[in-house]
Amino acid sequence: MKKAKQIQHMISKPFDLLSEELVFIILDLVAQNPSDLKSFSLTCKWFYQVEARHRRSLKPLRAEYLPRILTRYRNTADLDLSFCPRVTDYALSVVGCLSGPTLRSVDLSRSFSFSAAGLLRLAVKCVSLVEIDLSNATEMRDAAAAVVAEAKSLERLKLGRCKKLTDMGIGCIAVGCRKLKRVSLKWCVGVGDLGVGLLAVKCKDIRSLDLSYLPITGKCLHDVLKLQHLEELLLQGCFGVDDDSLKSLTHHCNSLKNLDASSCQNLTQRGLTSLLSGAGCLERLDLAHSSSVISLDFASSLNKVSSALQSIRLDGCAVTCDGLKAIGTLCISLREVSLSKCVTVTDEGLSCLVMKLKDLRKLDITCCRKLTGVSITQVASSCPLLVSLKMESCSLVSRDAFWLIGHKCRLLEELDFTDNEIDDEGLKSISSCRSLSSLKLGICLNITDRGLSYIGMGCSNLRELDLYRSVGITDVGISSIAQGCCHLETINISYCKDITDKSLVSLSKCSMLQTFESRGCPHITCQGLAAIAVRCKRLSKLDLKKCPFINDSGLLTLAHFSQGLKQISVSETGVTDVGLVSLANIGCLQNIAAVNTRGLSPSGVAAALVGCGGLRKVKLHASLRSLLPSSLINHMEARGCSFLWKDYNNHNNSNTLQAELDPKYWKV
Amino acid sequence: METGEDDLCQNNWGSASILDYEMAMEDEEEGEPNLHVFKASSSGKDNNNNNNGGQASVQGVKAQAWDPRTMLCNLSFMEQKIHELQGLVHLILGRNGQLQDEQQQLITADLTSIIIQLISTAGSLLPSVNMLSTTAPGSALFPFPREANNLASQTLNNGGASQELEDDAEEGENLPPGSYEIKQLEKEEILAPHTNFCTICGKGFKRDANLRMHMRGHGDQYKTPAALAKPPTKETLPGSDAPMLIKRYSCPFPGCKRNKDHKRFQPLKTILCVKNHYKRTHCDKSFTCSRCHTKKFSVIADLKTHEKHCGQNKWLCSCGTTFSRKDKLFGHIALFQGHTPAIPLEDTKPSAAASSQRGSSGCGNSNNNAAMVSFSLGSAANANQETSQPCVMDGKTSFEESFSPLSFDICNFGGFPRSIFDDSFQMLISSACGCSPINGGVGSVSDTSL
Repeated sequence: MKKAKQIQHMISKPFDLLSEELVFIILDLVAQNPSDLKSFSLTCKWFYQVEARHRRSLKPLRAEYLPRILTRYRNTADLDLSFCPRVTDYALSVVGCLSGPTLRSVDLSRSFSFSAAGLLRLAVKCVSLVEIDLSNATEMRDAAAAVVAEAKSLERLKLGRCKKLTDMGIGCIAVGCRKLKRVSLKWCVGVGDLGVGLLAVKCKDIRSLDLSYLPITGKCLHDVLKLQHLEELLLQGCFGVDDDSLKSLTHHCNSLKNLDASSCQNLTQRGLTSLLSGAGCLERLDLAHSSSVISLDFASSLNKVSSALQSIRLDGCAVTCDGLKAIGTLCISLREVSLSKCVTVTDEGLSCLVMKLKDLRKLDITCCRKLTGVSITQVASSCPLLVSLKMESCSLVSRDAFWLIGHKCRLLEELDFTDNEIDDEGLKSISSCRSLSSLKLGICLNITDRGLSYIGMGCSNLRELDLYRSVGITDVGISSIAQGCCHLETINISYCKDITDKSLVSLSKCSMLQTFESRGCPHITCQGLAAIAVRCKRLSKLDLKKCPFINDSGLLTLAHFSQGLKQISVSETGVTDVGLVSLANIGCLQNIAAVNTRGLSPSGVAAALVGCGGLRKVKLHASLRSLLPSSLINHMEARGCSFLWKDYNNHNNSNTLQAELDPKYWKV
Repeated sequence: METGEDDLCQNNWGSASILDYEMAMEDEEEGEPNLHVFKASSSGKDNNNNNNGGQASVQGVKAQAWDPRTMLCNLSFMEQKIHELQGLVHLILGRNGQLQDEQQQLITADLTSIIIQLISTAGSLLPSVNMLSTTAPGSALFPFPREANNLASQTLNNGGASQELEDDAEEGENLPPGSYEIKQLEKEEILAPHTNFCTICGKGFKRDANLRMHMRGHGDQYKTPAALAKPPTKETLPGSDAPMLIKRYSCPFPGCKRNKDHKRFQPLKTILCVKNHYKRTHCDKSFTCSRCHTKKFSVIADLKTHEKHCGQNKWLCSCGTTFSRKDKLFGHIALFQGHTPAIPLEDTKPSAAASSQRGSSGCGNSNNNAAMVSFSLGSAANANQETSQPCVMDGKTSFEESFSPLSFDICNFGGFPRSIFDDSFQMLISSACGCSPINGGVGSVSDTSL
């Protein structure tokens, strides 16, 4: 009798039979969708506890709740506080006390108002802290850096834009954190040769070093390039690195794989040759916006690294035909080439470059306006493995070339045809690229619903579609996309003037939709918006600017259903105070833009601002600046919210919108 | 470290001369009334004759108990002295015909001084006689100029600040062991405050020039141009036709590298080197910096040099060592395990932040030129904004200039913009006061304006 009761008891709690490891494996699978995990934990007390034990990473929205959530999630290893604009010293000491021994990484990159005292608590209590991100701590001084040095086991450290940090602080970190592997000092403009040099001398394990925009010279690179394990060195915008200071540089940094020397204005071929001389295994080289001309001579300086080089970026450089030809013959193993904004690139140059690059996967020729169909044909025929092609504003390329691209390069995943002459035939051919995930067709005036229907039928993996100002598109095209591409995450239908609520209703089938931009669609109403809000649970970014029929009822629906919304623009819509205040119901909301929204009163805006606790950026009309109480603005700024005051005037709403929708008006 | 010490020596040397001079002046004022006891002059001959006189006498004086070694040393000194006297008489004999009155007077004076010296030395040989301390000025018992520092002060007078005066300057000299004459002064001699003594009143002086000035008070015969002239050096002295043997000095401290018995003996070049070396290495550091109360020195010139820069050493290591230059601090930290930069407490002040920027922007220039430093200071305040903008940096100067003209008023030492400022100031003053400045120089005006 008793035994039977026991069995019955066990059946009533079937999860008792499973070991914790097994449940954790199940939870790993459930965790792919955060809302599922939430439902799981709400099922029963036992599930609640299991879920609390299982979770390793946390991304809280408010620092105020840290004591409670850290008590619940005892095994937190990764804590991302980037949603909490205001993290006080108290909050950090709470983190230190509650999850000190388990915590491995902390992200404070978007948090303010903590000081050295709080960091000290964190550094002392969290003994196994491996990663800390302190980017954007613009008020951080050397004293705080000295505190960071107390975290002895630190391996990854980001200090981007810590502008008040000097060599002394970096020196402390270099001495204290000997296990550092990845360090980013980008924009730490107070740090110079001495600090970086000491870092290189003391931390021998450094793999990756970001020295972008530092006032360093070539001097410290002598020490840096002696690092045995250095793989990545970023020197973007280091104006002090010049040929003279690199003259005596001899190194054998065979571990170096990635070198970024973009925007180094004073680095020319001579300095680059000595920089590359010892880096025989270099795989990625970034020389974007360099001052030297990419000529035949220049290509010869790549001699030493040509064998292993896989990626080269020459954005914005003065490129000659001979130079490209030489690169094409020297570096046969290239997989990625970026020539974005190289205005001097000609058909001959590009053809010679890609001729022998059978392995080319990614090509960026954005704004190379001289290119025509000739070189694109060459690209299509010589690079069958192409995965990504970005050719925005190559408006001389003929329609046939697009057909050839789709025909030859079947592996394409990413295509940017913004501002091109592609037509429906081109889209038909491209629809044969089964794995296409991102397609940008902005300002393609030749495409119609027919072309889109091919895409909808062929490219079922499409995740991102940009139809900005592609005015030939109507509801029919959108519905065929919505039908075929169920994984769609991002769609932009801004200024497609014929779009109505039907499109929105059909798009609501795409349950993965996260970003929806419908700026300047005059026919969209709250019914369409409601359909999206109800069925697209993941919606996080919404742009409704210049949709005059959007009003409070739409926002009320959003506030009720779209709990994951982070960014919304309701500028120049029919929204009033009621709608804006209702947005306070959305906990994640960070950005609000409400410029020239006539129904808004200062008190309504004030109420909405106070209500939305997690706001980071608010864009409002400049006239509100004087109308809102200054104490409120101060309060908001103290909460970590920044204001953007816009003062463009909108005299005649309907006429300007009409003008904007007319291609003759905006397309030169 | 070698070069660092050299620098230090250089600095010390410069300030030492000033210091000595000031002290000597003081002595002079006090010692003016004593115009009797002995009649002698300190002319150039003394340098020749009294070579070892000072050494022995001091030793004799200081001998508190009967010491046979000292005795022997003194006896040998006496012997040498008599020998020298002999040579001098020979000299007089040789050129008797052409001797002028003045020269005769000089030689007579020299002879007198030698005799006095002999008497005093002989007196010191008696162990029972406990002499007065050498440090007591005004003692008539030591009326001779002690050659040791005389020589040193001579080089000083010659204005040879840079010539062979550093302790370690001869590191690379590599004189073959037998090629020079080694002299070793005793501890007391080295530590004696004065080396030139008035033969009449016994007042001590650091320099013979000051002594000569003093001697004017003892009678008109000391006011002649010959008596006031700088005593000739050995090379210029008539009669010394034989080539001089190079002289080098040994430190009396046993076991010291500068001691002649050391295996790898490295001689010291001059008396001053001996004095500074001995004080720095083998004496207590009794002078404490009045500003930081931590740094101690045994040579007062070192203290003065330090005090000039004390407080400017803002680059601090966790071990307590301070550095005036940031690169030196970082070199130190790179070298030693566990040392870290110490963040000053006033870090929160914006001025401190600006000054700590200084090194980062000025780290390119290794030369310690004042103008450069002021440049980089000037750039410090706006370094933050500047670095974010692209600017032409072909060379160092253009780098500095592109940052320049903002904050010179914050830090206007040594840089030329100051003079522009002063010029306008000068006009202002002259118009206001109705008179032109005496010197009309920029420097004088800036003095008045300050």
